[in-house]
Amino acid sequence: MSIIVKSTEELAVMRQAGRIVGAVLEILSRQVKSGMKTKELDIIAAREVEKLGAKPSFKGYRGFPAALCVSINDEIVHGIPGERGLREGDIVSLDFGAIYNGFQGDAAITVAVGKVTPEAKQLIEVTEGSLEAGIATAHPGATLGDISAAIQNYAESRGYSVVREYTGHGIGREMHEEPQIPNFGLPGTGPVLKRGMTLALEPMVNAGDWHTRLGDDHWTVLTADGSLSAHFEHTIAITDDEPEVLTKV
Amino acid sequence: MAKKQTIEVEGIVVEPLPNAMFRVELPNGHKVLAHISGKIRVHYIRIVAGDKVLVELSPYDLSRGRITYRLK
Repeated sequence: MSIIVKSTEELAVMRQAGRIVGAVLEILSRQVKSGMKTKELDIIAAREVEKLGAKPSFKGYRGFPAALCVSINDEIVHGIPGERGLREGDIVSLDFGAIYNGFQGDAAITVAVGKVTPEAKQLIEVTEGSLEAGIATAHPGATLGDISAAIQNYAESRGYSVVREYTGHGIGREMHEEPQIPNFGLPGTGPVLKRGMTLALEPMVNAGDWHTRLGDDHWTVLTADGSLSAHFEHTIAITDDEPEVLTKV
Repeated sequence: MAKKQTIEVEGIVVEPLPNAMFRVELPNGHKVLAHISGKIRVHYIRIVAGDKVLVELSPYDLSRGRITYRLK
């Protein structure tokens, strides 16, 4: 049960898997509009990933019923797409994963539906910023705790909290590999990063408190206090140089 | 897709229960109720009393777990 280091050839496949995930999220982000049902986004995601020659990886994962996770406002992650309609002012997290030639890519974005409050806009910006802060520390020789701490400090110093019960993860042939990557931690702790490790970093940032509750569908995770939550994720590879974001468009 | 935060510990199966559930004793003496992972189920790995197993626990609910591996 250790962190799997990928070869150059494996990284090349993961790069393709990542690009496909990035491309699907890019398409989805342009489709999001008020009045749309969340299941329409799921249908688009499933169709586009197939066009690109890959398979959605969430569908069937521990019984998850859709290709895409759609989590609105106080929903943090793992929202199931359905009949719910998006409304002007909502913030919506889209989390998507694909398998290509046996390797996984996993990424998420949070987008605004139409015009949102300044508070919601700032939450989205801080969450994305915390992901960038985490990625910026992911150099060989740094530790996993350095990444966790960078994400936590970025979000908490701006008055937000990070979700604790759910984490980022190693990724490769499996969606969830070792290690777990909490969005909180202490610098200098945990395993040392090495070239060829591939990690999915995913800060989930709440406007209120970090506690969560599980929805009635046993999938959707919500903020316990009903506050807004945003979520960004990239699959990255540790290189000798700057970390490579695999799920960029 | 985010991973549920877990801690992984070794334990000994003390009692099989209905519905593929097991009572597992941890090194600290605590007993947890554990179900088996899909992978174990798919591969028909048989688990009996006395087996040493890896159990995933949520740090927020230490009374229940998930058996992820049967150790030799």
